[in-house]
Amino acid sequence: MADVFDRVKNIIVERLDVDESKVTESASFKDDLEADSLDVVELVMELEDEFDMEISDEEAEKINTVGDAVNYINSIQ
Amino acid sequence: MLEGKAALVTGASRGIGKAIAIELAKQGANVVVNYAGSKDKAEAVVDEIKQLGRDAFAVQANVSNSDEVKDIIKQTVDHFGSLDILVNNAGITRDNLLMRMKEEEFDEVIDTNLKGVFNCLKGVTRQMMKQRSGKIVNVASIVGVTGNPGQANYVAAKSGVIGMTKSVAKELAARNVNVNAVAPGFIATDMTDELSDEAKQQMYDLIPLDRLGDPEDVAKVVRFLASDDANYMTGQTIHVDGGMVM
Repeated sequence: MADVFDRVKNIIVERLDVDESKVTESASFKDDLEADSLDVVELVMELEDEFDMEISDEEAEKINTVGDAVNYINSIQ
Repeated sequence: MLEGKAALVTGASRGIGKAIAIELAKQGANVVVNYAGSKDKAEAVVDEIKQLGRDAFAVQANVSNSDEVKDIIKQTVDHFGSLDILVNNAGITRDNLLMRMKEEEFDEVIDTNLKGVFNCLKGVTRQMMKQRSGKIVNVASIVGVTGNPGQANYVAAKSGVIGMTKSVAKELAARNVNVNAVAPGFIATDMTDELSDEAKQQMYDLIPLDRLGDPEDVAKVVRFLASDDANYMTGQTIHVDGGMVM
């Protein structure tokens, strides 16, 4: 679990240029991490590469928080 | 000008698409020649590009089918390692007066000429966003600006392409992807050959530069929009029509 979270966190910190401390499970990409919708799309693309998986458009739309992303990845792996 | 760039041109086996594929290759691009039905003609375009010293291959796909579009985009990236230029050119006509136009005639034209562009735009977005660069040129039509009797379906699609160009240009601008359109006027191709002499004469009278356009006239503008010379242009529709519509 922690491993996935850390890898997701690293990508978020790098992509969105935010402080590590802000990236919590409950942090919302749009509200807390100041990502616009295109940023989220790009983030999902990077997660797909990092975890070698495909996230469908339908699933991607449900990813609003850091925890959503981590849980989705864990549910697949 | 386009040295080493990877380009995908839809509907490139003849007419304007063929001229675009060859023009891009002349400027240094490697080209994927997409075609719907004319395999032999597409292979001839590929041969012509190879003679220019560029890499090229032909791929059959119907742009209205999103799975087929995904496949050609994957093949392009697999082969060339990038996708720098997309030219959405594939198009069909099913002309008829509105009173006589069948629903299928409307749907077919919208599926290929409008949804086809959507499919290709959507398909290349991921690659171009990752690259943080890309040039997309949509081939619309001057009738998408003016309207044209007998072409309610075609005009709806082309006008839709012009609007979609603007929306997608705004979405992708922050990722350094430029999206523009050209609106050809009366260009001498197989498609315009089908028009009646009377219709041709009527249009001819409206062209200040007093001649039909050649496919190459359009191709050269597309080549400009596909190059770094057009880096500060996005969301535009350039009329290539001999001055018909100003």
